[in-house]
Amino acid sequence: MLVYILRRLASAISVVLVTIVISFGLFFVAPSDPAGMLCGVKCTPARVAEIEKSLGLDKPTSEQFALYMKGLVVGRTYESGGVTRECPAPCLGFSFKNDQPVLGTLIARLPVNLSLVFGAALIFLITGVTVGSLAAKRPGTTGDRALVGTTLLMSSVPYYIIAILVFLYLVIQVPILPRPAYVSPFQNPGAWIAGMITPWLVLGIYSSTSYARYSRGSMIESLSEDYVRTARAKGLSDRRVTFVHALRAAITPVMTIFGLDVAGLLVSSIFTEKIFGLQGLGITALQSLTNYDLPLIMGTVIVGAVVLVIMNFIVDVLYSVLDPRVRLV
Amino acid sequence: MSAAVNEAAHSAAHTPAGGPRPSRRPSHKGQDEAFLVVDDLSVQFPTEDGLVKAVQNVSYSLPLGRTLAIVGESGSGKSVSSMAIMGLHDPKRTIITGSISLGGEQIVGRSQDDMRKIRGQVASIIFQDPQSSLHPYFTVGWQLREAYREHHQVSKSVAHTRAIEMLDRVGIPHPKRRADQYPFEFSGGMRQRAMIAMALINDPQLIIADEPTTALDVTVQAQILDLLNDLQAEFGSAIIMITHDLAVVAEVADDVMVMYGGRAVEHGTAEQVLVRPNHPYTWGLLQSIPAVSSEQAELYPIKGNPPSLLSLPPGCSFAPRCPYVDRVPDGKCRTDLPELISRSAGDHGLSRCHLSNPDAIFAAEVEPRIA
Ligand SMILES: Nc1ncnc2c1ncn2[C@@H]1O[C@H](COP(=O)(O)OP(=O)(O)O)[C@@H](O)[C@H]1O
Ligand code: SF4
Ligand SMILES: [Mg+2]
Repeated sequence: MLVYILRRLASAISVVLVTIVISFGLFFVAPSDPAGMLCGVKCTPARVAEIEKSLGLDKPTSEQFALYMKGLVVGRTYESGGVTRECPAPCLGFSFKNDQPVLGTLIARLPVNLSLVFGAALIFLITGVTVGSLAAKRPGTTGDRALVGTTLLMSSVPYYIIAILVFLYLVIQVPILPRPAYVSPFQNPGAWIAGMITPWLVLGIYSSTSYARYSRGSMIESLSEDYVRTARAKGLSDRRVTFVHALRAAITPVMTIFGLDVAGLLVSSIFTEKIFGLQGLGITALQSLTNYDLPLIMGTVIVGAVVLVIMNFIVDVLYSVLDPRVRLV
Repeated sequence: MSAAVNEAAHSAAHTPAGGPRPSRRPSHKGQDEAFLVVDDLSVQFPTEDGLVKAVQNVSYSLPLGRTLAIVGESGSGKSVSSMAIMGLHDPKRTIITGSISLGGEQIVGRSQDDMRKIRGQVASIIFQDPQSSLHPYFTVGWQLREAYREHHQVSKSVAHTRAIEMLDRVGIPHPKRRADQYPFEFSGGMRQRAMIAMALINDPQLIIADEPTTALDVTVQAQILDLLNDLQAEFGSAIIMITHDLAVVAEVADDVMVMYGGRAVEHGTAEQVLVRPNHPYTWGLLQSIPAVSSEQAELYPIKGNPPSLLSLPPGCSFAPRCPYVDRVPDGKCRTDLPELISRSAGDHGLSRCHLSNPDAIFAAEVEPRIA
């Protein structure tokens, strides 16, 4: 088990390193004019040179990369217009647009996504798996058909339409749901819940339909397994047979999708952030692109990759906890 | 729904002669009394294609300490009839008529809650494939404990001790260590032993073994059958051994019921059915296996396919495949369903065939091919 985890960890770290190299390559080696783009309208060649210098663009590529890596490990400083900026380790670069280290910007936004994922995932995982499991027990009945129909309907309406409609009608016009806003749960837990409940419900319920569909399929399969028949033959209650024996096997493939979804939501939930006015990582990534804030773009890519890799690692470990056969592989 | 007509008389008529093997289980009802009485059992499944008549009018009885083998090709209704005893059919999708009495309790029509107390406690089942019948994600010890605690109010550690004791009893080496392992860490034979340990953990009076050795190597098969025989001698349980393998029947059975197309076509003691069979289908089965004792030159497999349970022929279900169909006058085989009755003088079982002289045909035409 420990060997398994260590091996996964090693591969996770190498994926992160490769991502850093590739994103560095794409943004700094690719023929582009980042300094010119940053410079803006009242640009002079001197200003461009200064920006290039502050970004380290005047140095050879290999040296730039070495500097970047060094920044990641021990931190570095940036000079701009005679002012020195500190970028403590792990330094992912310095955003002159925001006048702060990239990582700082990203970390400031992360709690929004963390909060969003936490509540929404709780809703869609629990309702999705429960509804899907119940439907799987009686495939073809009215309840089951209703579920399948609803999920099909839901999946044919884009998420942002639903989110916009809810916002317009249930938040603005008939204010049943509170207006979304992010407040740290450590400052005011009540305000945190009130501020997040609307996106939680919208994202949670919308996504729960697809979770119901995955779990339904997975459960129909596992309910017909021989070991579920064995469980029945032991005299176990229907509830125990369904939610311990059948679900135990059915949940494993669902967890893989869950891990990827959570990773995706952590990095970006652009529609939710934009529509409900939450300053999360998705919005930040979008702004960094429109501003052509190169260090921030690159930082976003790396942080996104790291989050994905961490989630994959967690899913792998979780998988090995769920499926004992994986541990020996 | 149930038709418990004249149960005593019926079961007497259907109980093949021959005393049960000695049993060590104390029984206040007496050794000869049937523990399981199946009377006129039919099981049907309404499906989109029509009504699947999986089991029709099956009757038999089984005392404690005795083994009944149910033999027949795949799809002949062996499993379906036995699952009915455990109440494992979905009541909403199954029509069950007739009666099943287990230790004096009526099974047909009972609620799932009632059946739960019987399953695993009074009657247990061992399935064919130990690979797929144990849960892959729980340790063997966990699964045995769960089976025990479902029927006994004991702590986890008491149940664990009991699980290890059972693993030891079925011949699994290092039971303590093995209890903490997962099924995939067991070999096929060991897995089936674990399955048997789980089935016996509550000391059930009836054990249904549904092709318990089919998925195993030949050498392991023999060990598992020996184990079941030993356990029966020790616990005195009644066993229903479902199989399509006559070698298994010869090894373990006291009584034999041959099924074809959902019906019993021959029923008697092991000796009656294996040595002096009266039904052409049983003859076919005997001719299609290599004899153990002699150097049999040829095998004579039964030609044709089993009947569709959606539309059984009106007369004898075996008629389309029966080599003797023309020996019965007036094409009666294709119009009249033969009854399951005693057909000839002498020590024979019951059979469902119109032939008037099965003895003579068997002696002259069949025996030379199997002797
Ligand atoms: N739930 C069900 N619905 C419809 N048909 C079934 C069902 N269960 C079993 N059958 C049919 O009943 C017949 C007898 O099956 P079974 O008792 O399993 O045969 P076997 O003698 O091989 O054990 C088969 O043709 C099978 O397809
Ligand atoms: S009744 Fe006729 S068809 Fe059926 S087994 Fe007997 S001889 Fe063959
Ligand atoms: Mg079967």
